Amino acid sequence: MSEFQMKLKAAEKAVGLGKLSRRDFIQFVMASGVTLAAAQAMFSRAARAEPKKGGTFKAAIGHGQTTDSLDPATWSNGFTFAWGKSVMGAPLVQINQKNEVVPHVAESLEPTDGAKKWVVKLRKGITFHNGKPLTADDVVATINYHIGPDSKSPAKGVLSNLTAVKADGPDTVIFELSGGNADFPYLLSDYHLAMYPSEGGKIQWDKGIGAGPYILKSFEPGVKMTAERNPNYFGDTNFDAIELLSIIDVAARTNAYLSGEVHFIDRADLKTIDMLKNAPDTSLYNVSGTALYSAPMLVDQAPFDKLEVRQALKWAINRQELVDKILYGYGSAGNDNMLAPSLKYAIQPEPVYSYDPEKAKALLKKAGMENLKVDLSASDAAFPGGVDAALLMAEQAKAAGIEINVVREPNDSYWDNVWLKKPWSLCYWGGRPTADSFLSISMAADAAWNDTHWKNPRFNELLVAARAETDEAKRQAMYAECQQLMHDDGGQTVLLFNNYVGALNNAVGHGDFNTDFDHDGGYMYERWWLA
Amino acid sequence: MHPVLKTVLQRLGLGLLTLFVVSVVIFASLEMLPGGFAEAILGQGATPETVAAFNHQVGLDRPATVRYVEWIWNILHGDFGYSYAGMGGSIKRSVSELIAPRLYNTFFLAIMTAIVAVPLSLFLGILAALYRNSWYDRIVNTVTLTTIATPEFFIAYLLMFFFAIRHRWFYSLSTVSDSTPFLEHIYRAALPALTLTLVIVAHMMRMTRASLINLLASPYMEMAQLKGVPRREAIIKHALPNAWAPIATVIAFNLAYLVVGVVVVEVVYVYPGIGQLMVDSVSSRDMPVVQACALIFAATYILLNLSADIVSIVTNPRLLHPK
Repeated sequence: MSEFQMKLKAAEKAVGLGKLSRRDFIQFVMASGVTLAAAQAMFSRAARAEPKKGGTFKAAIGHGQTTDSLDPATWSNGFTFAWGKSVMGAPLVQINQKNEVVPHVAESLEPTDGAKKWVVKLRKGITFHNGKPLTADDVVATINYHIGPDSKSPAKGVLSNLTAVKADGPDTVIFELSGGNADFPYLLSDYHLAMYPSEGGKIQWDKGIGAGPYILKSFEPGVKMTAERNPNYFGDTNFDAIELLSIIDVAARTNAYLSGEVHFIDRADLKTIDMLKNAPDTSLYNVSGTALYSAPMLVDQAPFDKLEVRQALKWAINRQELVDKILYGYGSAGNDNMLAPSLKYAIQPEPVYSYDPEKAKALLKKAGMENLKVDLSASDAAFPGGVDAALLMAEQAKAAGIEINVVREPNDSYWDNVWLKKPWSLCYWGGRPTADSFLSISMAADAAWNDTHWKNPRFNELLVAARAETDEAKRQAMYAECQQLMHDDGGQTVLLFNNYVGALNNAVGHGDFNTDFDHDGGYMYERWWLA
Repeated sequence: MHPVLKTVLQRLGLGLLTLFVVSVVIFASLEMLPGGFAEAILGQGATPETVAAFNHQVGLDRPATVRYVEWIWNILHGDFGYSYAGMGGSIKRSVSELIAPRLYNTFFLAIMTAIVAVPLSLFLGILAALYRNSWYDRIVNTVTLTTIATPEFFIAYLLMFFFAIRHRWFYSLSTVSDSTPFLEHIYRAALPALTLTLVIVAHMMRMTRASLINLLASPYMEMAQLKGVPRREAIIKHALPNAWAPIATVIAFNLAYLVVGVVVVEVVYVYPGIGQLMVDSVSSRDMPVVQACALIFAATYILLNLSADIVSIVTNPRLLHPK
């Protein structure tokens, strides 16, 4: 690094911290031959680069219903999910930009007994919004609230291996699992598992009092919520206040952004994204996540019980075309591996299923199934553009001599009557933070959501073994084999991984983005700042 | 008994009967919807056990007739029941509590629009009748026909584009809440009100014009002209009183639309009115809320039609003083 570069870096840092004025900075860089326009751009970039406190952050979210509630067991949409991560709630751990676990309310998490028992030490001095100190009893009550017998919380499934949770003194909690799980800390990052104050073993969520960075000020279900900074927050946050609006209609959301009423909108309309991209002071929030669109085949039903048929269909679909036409390029092609490339232990299994109708034809000939006719149940409830995607797949498969009959299913009750029931349907998966948690709910033989009915013994054996394996290299090899098996033999057609696409005003500063969920992993309210 | 009072009582009785029939229709059609609240809430997580637990909790596992009778009985006692949402938690949200602020917002917007749109369309209509077939008449007709023929969401987007994005004179978002001050509420609701005005003016204005023109050809108008009454006075004093009946009907119809039919405008401007609440509740199958909204809509129609009838009776001496 030259001397100038070093000085520039120091100057940029000073600007970020507000210690160097715009005028001084521009004079400094122009003295070294930079043009005025470039110098001004450098100033705004530097001014955004260092977190600043203050301001009200406004976001318009494409989710939210009048049935939303402050009950953490009911959080399930894009409006409510971040509450547990970076608004009112503070979970035991957070996930960082590199998809690693970082202790949050917890100070440390130590496995013992082959990762069957986890000892969690709590950070000291944390208080809830009402001033009550957070203790191990609150943690136990919070977890029990979700895993209790009459709990309807989605976190119950996430923690299905958890058999007992006990307080051991005021700041130690012990989790006992039915089987070893080296990834257990990841599961505790679930957005339902924000800590709540308890009394007599019961948590109190009804006033929205948590230990998170913002104190709830107002909440109108399906319309709006506002919150103010928690001055006693044990972590670090930047905004003085936040305002979340629920705007389901994408055009209205876009207009709210364009007229300057909000700083951020999620789920931008991809059809008009090029126009939005060129709006003044706008950056695209474009993050490739772990969520995917798939077309699961039930491998215990004809004709999908034949391996050749499954493979022929996999070769007969042009996934890149789907990415280009359904997602307007904002995504990446799938390769029948449920694990997104950004996940730990993910591999790219060979051969990559590119579009090859001839190979598909040859496979069908081998199985004696030429002129294959199959039904594909499609609906926009499975994912936006689902019916279009199915019609496109039908066109592509024609070249391989396969006739796909697209059955348009009603949006209502799609998940009750079509998915998991029809031999070939479309599906959407939100992705999970770890290989184990994702494969356990979607591909394990006994999983309720095993939407391919694929029960490969070797795969299931590996999945259980890898869960408790603490040797990284061995674990990597096991997951690699799992992915190869699912790619070669499974009934899952992973069509594409969709990006999270939104619009973000340049006044908002941010670091690298999380890839595990939309909204910077749900941490945008805590991590972003207004420059 | 005074004939007006008699008619009103008769109509009210009929209205109650209609409401009863409507309630049966609403309940039956909601029963027929595929999927249920549990499935809508649980999404992919709807296993048979969780669905059964949910249904038991909100009492959906009982026969439909029992639930209907219970529902209607409670409504007769002024209790609209509780929203399914939050049933699992310790806080139950009553339907009336959920609907009240939305209904206020909807009436706010409807009244605001009506205050502008009704006088405006009467004024334009009377002028159009007065200067029939003039340039003024043609221009007013063309413009109002254009605005009524354009889909309301398109008008909304055009207005938003010019007044909120190009020139930032108004808000593109009309999100209001309990804490919004009155004047800001008006300001926020300005664009939606303007949109609705453009949508309903044509209907009322053309009816005013048509019924006046109809009367202008009648012999008593000719008489008025012959005895030297100025044209303007003839229309306002002699023709208008007889034209009130059809105009009132159309106005009532449009006011009802302002309450029950503006969900598209609400969605575009993100105005938290009752239409959005109902659509939202249908998609999440929150039946108590849907039923209450539908009943309110039906009642609005019945009451507004009743008032239109009363206006036509009161303005018509023949009906007011029968032999």
